[in-house]
Amino acid sequence: MFINNLKILFHQGKQFIPDVTTTDVPGVFRGRPVITDAACNEQQLIDLCPTGAISGKPLSIDLGRCTFCGECAIACPEKIRFTKDYKMATNDRNRLIVTGDQPIEVDADKVRAEIHRLFGRSLKLREVSAAGDNSCEWELNATSNVNFDMGRFGIDFVASPRHADGIVVTGPISENMAEALEICYHATPDPKILILAGTDAISGGIFADSPALNRSFLDKYKVDLYVPGNPVHPLAFVNGVLSLVRGKK
Amino acid sequence: MDFISIKNNQCIRFGEIPVLPYADFYSLIDNKLTTAPDAHCVAYYGVPMDGKIRLICCLADDATHLIDVASATVEPTAVLESLTPKHLDLQLFEREIHENFGVGFSGHPWLKPVRYPHNAADRSLKMQDYPFYQIDSEELHEVGVGPIHAGIIEPGHFRFICNGEQILHLEIQLGYQHRGVETLFLQKNNLLQRATLAENIAGDTVIGHSTAFANLWESLCGFEPSRQLQIERAFALENERIAIHTGDLSGICTDIAYQLGNSVFGRLRTPVINYFQRWAGNRFAKGLIRPGKTNFHFTKELAQQWIEMISAYQPDFVEMANQTFDLPSVLSRIERTGIVEPETARKIGMVGMAARASNVSRDVRSSHPWGYYNEIQYQPVTEPVGDVYCRARIRHDEILKSIDLMKQMIDTMDYTAQPSAPLANAAADSFVVSLVEGWRGEICHCAITDAQGNLLYYKIKDPSFHNWLGLALAVRNNEISDFPICNKSFDLSYSGHDL
Repeated sequence: MFINNLKILFHQGKQFIPDVTTTDVPGVFRGRPVITDAACNEQQLIDLCPTGAISGKPLSIDLGRCTFCGECAIACPEKIRFTKDYKMATNDRNRLIVTGDQPIEVDADKVRAEIHRLFGRSLKLREVSAAGDNSCEWELNATSNVNFDMGRFGIDFVASPRHADGIVVTGPISENMAEALEICYHATPDPKILILAGTDAISGGIFADSPALNRSFLDKYKVDLYVPGNPVHPLAFVNGVLSLVRGKK
Repeated sequence: MDFISIKNNQCIRFGEIPVLPYADFYSLIDNKLTTAPDAHCVAYYGVPMDGKIRLICCLADDATHLIDVASATVEPTAVLESLTPKHLDLQLFEREIHENFGVGFSGHPWLKPVRYPHNAADRSLKMQDYPFYQIDSEELHEVGVGPIHAGIIEPGHFRFICNGEQILHLEIQLGYQHRGVETLFLQKNNLLQRATLAENIAGDTVIGHSTAFANLWESLCGFEPSRQLQIERAFALENERIAIHTGDLSGICTDIAYQLGNSVFGRLRTPVINYFQRWAGNRFAKGLIRPGKTNFHFTKELAQQWIEMISAYQPDFVEMANQTFDLPSVLSRIERTGIVEPETARKIGMVGMAARASNVSRDVRSSHPWGYYNEIQYQPVTEPVGDVYCRARIRHDEILKSIDLMKQMIDTMDYTAQPSAPLANAAADSFVVSLVEGWRGEICHCAITDAQGNLLYYKIKDPSFHNWLGLALAVRNNEISDFPICNKSFDLSYSGHDL
């Protein structure tokens, strides 16, 4: 049996991504979109978007609402193009609104002073799925697998809010989950951070106008990081959290 | 009067569905379920019409490959004779009808809330007042878990009644995930919005649910998808099965603290879902399935990339699986743990992979095939015992079977792109049932259109709707420490159930 285990280990080779901040993702990943100066029928794109993420004059895409379906780029490829840039997380909601080809970054001036000092080398997070559809949840699990291995940075998901330095929310926050989320938030000791992972959490996504939601939680507490995606890509999450707690390298 | 018998994805006039007095409706269903051993209920729901409730029942008969549909009109205040005492698999459907419309069912053991929907008939009922079954005894204690769990999973509440370490009874309270999906299907009248909704019903079953929607919508519009488009969908469906089954084997290893299996199966899932990213730009294939078209045509290059990916995956997967299923410390945890006897599985109407692990050969790919599955004689895989071992082993078997199936698909594709043509409007006064065998099991979508061709009602049923009771029964008389592994071996959907 021991020999078998050694064989298995040997056959895996090296699976971890050596540098998660610079690695290239395979295929045609739809990450941060780029909007060009090309002429286009703005109204057509606005009407097309299933979640109302596109606005006109000038044309912009709100990544907090975008489901990354890519239909707008298919309708008007000269105007909109999705790049493979997975660094889309920021602490400033307005920076999620893309108008051109600017990288999306954390606004260092708005990061609370204690965040770098307390969480820069160790951050324990409690995840709360508040009507998340289980794709963001799978991806957040993947951040801890042997490929992405977020634990190498001292960032882990923990089982109890009592052990956590912050809460990660996925899903559009249903009425039926609103109270549990609030209890979990209060069970996390101060100082703490609040992260919204995925389009559903940031804006409600395709569920935004559903009568079954209750998003009042977000009116009460300050969000420290928005990570767009449908679902969030593990690299988007890891890089976002790193730039929040460690600052830009 | 008899049922009207239709095929999977067959569009009929809504008026063709027989409307019976409830007593006849009752006998018809009772008779069918009693006399046809291969018939089971795939959808039974109410539709509000002119101040009354139209009950619609769809029974899939695996022997005839047809879906038998009948209906009855009842008052919201009616108290009807429950079918549950005779057919336990209808218990949750009757509870749902009661919750949504207030219709009573006499003889039903307990019409408990299902998901506390935003449009419930009785809005005074609250999540926190859920009426759990209780036993008054000094020897027993209760353990409550959730809605937030230790791992990163969806919310649900589990209430155990234990005798020492042994579980006597488990009750599962769901509804935390309710987002009003069925209401949104009617609110949003744009096709892309509805396709987006379909792929967000359960984010781990994107292909399953969005294919059910696409097949249904195309049938409503009288659109005939090309053979190539249908094979591409089947190909995606099987790839989703491989990805999630592999991830679940990793999860099962985690729950028995078998680190090597957890790591290796976990990393083996990565190339499979990354393949979706190569194909369609998203690791969960959101955006891939669209009614009437595809934005990401399957090319020969993609086929070659899949062959390369799977050729690297398969030997490592087989090696790890052989080691896992041969290890005494693994087997001692999963063999004879969490058993659902075949008779029980049949009685409560379990479906999909979990049913097949309990030797109930129920698989839409063979019983109610669509598209490419019509061309092949798919033989479902089954396991004899219904324990955690069988539910793990069946994933292994289905992965290998899906790989073979996909290789055959690649050989038979013609790679020609579907000519793009806008879909016609949905047919007026129509009714369609769409069944798809997702990785969990049978997904059912039903649509009814009005006189203008607008959606009048949209009904979704995830396989989890049938199977949650299976989990609750599986853990009886097991140690409470074996609950996580039993739960993972089912891996049911909370969002798919709560909608």
